[in-house]
Amino acid sequence: METANKDEIVIRTVDLCKTYGTLKAVDHLNLEIRRGEIFGLLGPNGAGKTTTTLMLLGLTDPTSGSASIEGLDCTRDSLAVKNEVGYLPDNVGFYPNMSGRDNLIFSGEMNGLTREQAGERAKQVLERVGMTEAADRDAGTYSRGMRQRLGIADVLMKQPRIIIMDEPTGGLDPQATTDLISMIHDLSKIEGITILISSHDLYQIQKISDRVGIFVKGHMIACGRIDELGRQLQNEGLYMFDVWADRNGDSTWDKDLLNDVRALPNVKLIGRKVDGTIHVESSEDVQRGLEETLLRHNYTVREMHRQGGDLDEIYRKYFERAEAGEKGGKSNGRSKAGADAGEKRTGSDERPSKIRRGLSRILGK
Amino acid sequence: MRVLYKKELSDHLDSTRYQILFVLLACIMIFAVNGAISTISQAAQQTSDGQTSVSEFLFLQLFTTSGSNVYSFSTFIGFLGPIVGIMLGFDAINEEVAQGTLNRLAAQPIYRDTIINAKFLAGLTAVAIMIFTLGGVMTGYGLIRTGLVLTGEEVARIVMYLLMCTLYISLWMALAELFSVTSRYAATSALASIAIWLFLTMFWSTIVSGIAGSIYPVNGGGYQAQLNAISNYSLQTGLNRVSPYYVFSEITTILMNPNVHSTNVVSLLTSQEGAVASYLSFGQSLLQIWPHIVLMIAETVIFFAAAYITFMKREIRA
Ligand SMILES: Nc1ncnc2c1ncn2[C@@H]1O[C@H](COP(=O)(O)OP(=O)(O)O)[C@@H](O)[C@H]1O
Ligand SMILES: [Mg+2]
Repeated sequence: METANKDEIVIRTVDLCKTYGTLKAVDHLNLEIRRGEIFGLLGPNGAGKTTTTLMLLGLTDPTSGSASIEGLDCTRDSLAVKNEVGYLPDNVGFYPNMSGRDNLIFSGEMNGLTREQAGERAKQVLERVGMTEAADRDAGTYSRGMRQRLGIADVLMKQPRIIIMDEPTGGLDPQATTDLISMIHDLSKIEGITILISSHDLYQIQKISDRVGIFVKGHMIACGRIDELGRQLQNEGLYMFDVWADRNGDSTWDKDLLNDVRALPNVKLIGRKVDGTIHVESSEDVQRGLEETLLRHNYTVREMHRQGGDLDEIYRKYFERAEAGEKGGKSNGRSKAGADAGEKRTGSDERPSKIRRGLSRILGK
Repeated sequence: MRVLYKKELSDHLDSTRYQILFVLLACIMIFAVNGAISTISQAAQQTSDGQTSVSEFLFLQLFTTSGSNVYSFSTFIGFLGPIVGIMLGFDAINEEVAQGTLNRLAAQPIYRDTIINAKFLAGLTAVAIMIFTLGGVMTGYGLIRTGLVLTGEEVARIVMYLLMCTLYISLWMALAELFSVTSRYAATSALASIAIWLFLTMFWSTIVSGIAGSIYPVNGGGYQAQLNAISNYSLQTGLNRVSPYYVFSEITTILMNPNVHSTNVVSLLTSQEGAVASYLSFGQSLLQIWPHIVLMIAETVIFFAAAYITFMKREIRA
């Protein structure tokens, strides 16, 4: 869909901020989403994704800054915005004692359709999301996946040009997730709908997103096409090795060895993981040097994993840390990530290195 | 707005809760009317045997007379009306939050206040339907059972009374809706509303007489105690009127007993001095309860406005 009008900005936020007390839920967010693209807003729980989507729909007022959709101010013209934009909230719900169809018809009527028109359109969209069979059952009996699909049908009732989805795959099993994701993909590619999709699940989102923004603790720390981000990272260089090597059954590395490894070109970080493997980071592919050094010190390499330039892997690590940090209250991983993200906003070219810096802090012992 | 209102109203009318309340009130009504009829016919028997004249507004007493072992209809409404209001309002907003429908609703192209306005109006309509159906049935039943003829004025008084019942119940509904906005769980808001209801209907008058008694003691004879009696009474009435229950019972008394002139202390005294016993016209009765009506409307508006403002300010989040 990145065609003729690919530069037309549909959703734009300018220094959008939202604070709750002292907590900056969203901090100077600058976002531009182009016509027809799927934009993935990725971030761990508590990053401020929901807050952002609420502000885009005028459901909550920004503390400062502004957001606009199709040139309409999201706070002042929220009615007009809600006319254009379909919103699938986090954990969408329906009136439990109305059938799925009646729920849709009700939404249609709320959007100014007559009952007949709404009924007609409900039939189409139910077909579209594959819910025709269950449509006349009470919505209270639906499974999570069905609710999510009905949610999409509900959004389609108003025939929106823009859809904002908050964690649409949350709580779904893998099959349901895949179905939903491909449905979202079709909406964008076949019908040309601009889609903003927020998620903490990079894995699914990166398959369909044209661009992603990585959002942590209210800050957008990186934004761009996935392959771009990956390549940038690779150019800047971030290679990580997890090595399991022993000498006569002893898997601890002695000082000489460590010094020699450190002396390898561009090795930035060495750490020991809890399971005894040694973690080495470098801005250059030092696999060869690493192997030779180990050999020289009479170590046998049992296992060696190399990760490099693989954005996927990096995200996963990043998010896992951040989420683990959240669960465990104030863990180092999270607060460091936050502190790092909190430093200052940076230009786009600096962003990937910023991720890396965040990562090194997290991973570093 | 119209769509939402229609849905909310049909939700009410279809809900088991509403139907149960309806049946409950209908049963109570039947008992109360039968009780009233037996009491009145006994009284009529006695009067036709001889001395005093039968009240001109006999029919109205169907609503206010209690039977030998049941309360009167108006007492029941005064006491149970709040429950009806609370039942219809306590989960108005927080239920939507719990279902996850509120944010979906708020994302539709409607102004946010439409949601709460439509809910309140639908509740009001549901109450009015309930009260007027019951009142109508009761009037019809009473007519058949007693063979009395309704005068125009009686009809006006009954209609006015039913309106007041609706207002009274709506007041409690507005209160319950306020709690439904402020508290996250339906159970919390139900408990809070019921606590207030119990407090105002059961304990408030006791507390009030305690307060009045300690400020203006009336025991022990003497000039001062006599002076205090008046202040004491005024203070008591004033404080009692904080409770909608009391205000509503005053309204009932004046509307349905045209020979009650006023509820303030001065006229009580003058009537003791032998004011002319006469009936107030409907207009005059209305004039008497005007402040009460204004008070009840004001309270309803305040509760609703508080709910409205809280709702408009809060963030819609699942
Ligand atoms: N009403 C609120 N009052 C205070 N803090 C809030 C409120 N709503 C959200 N937050 C905080 O704002 C942050 C961002 O929340 P949210 O936008 O829901 O994150 P996400 O959707 O990315 O998981 C969280 O730390 C959350 O605790
Ligand atoms: Mg969220």
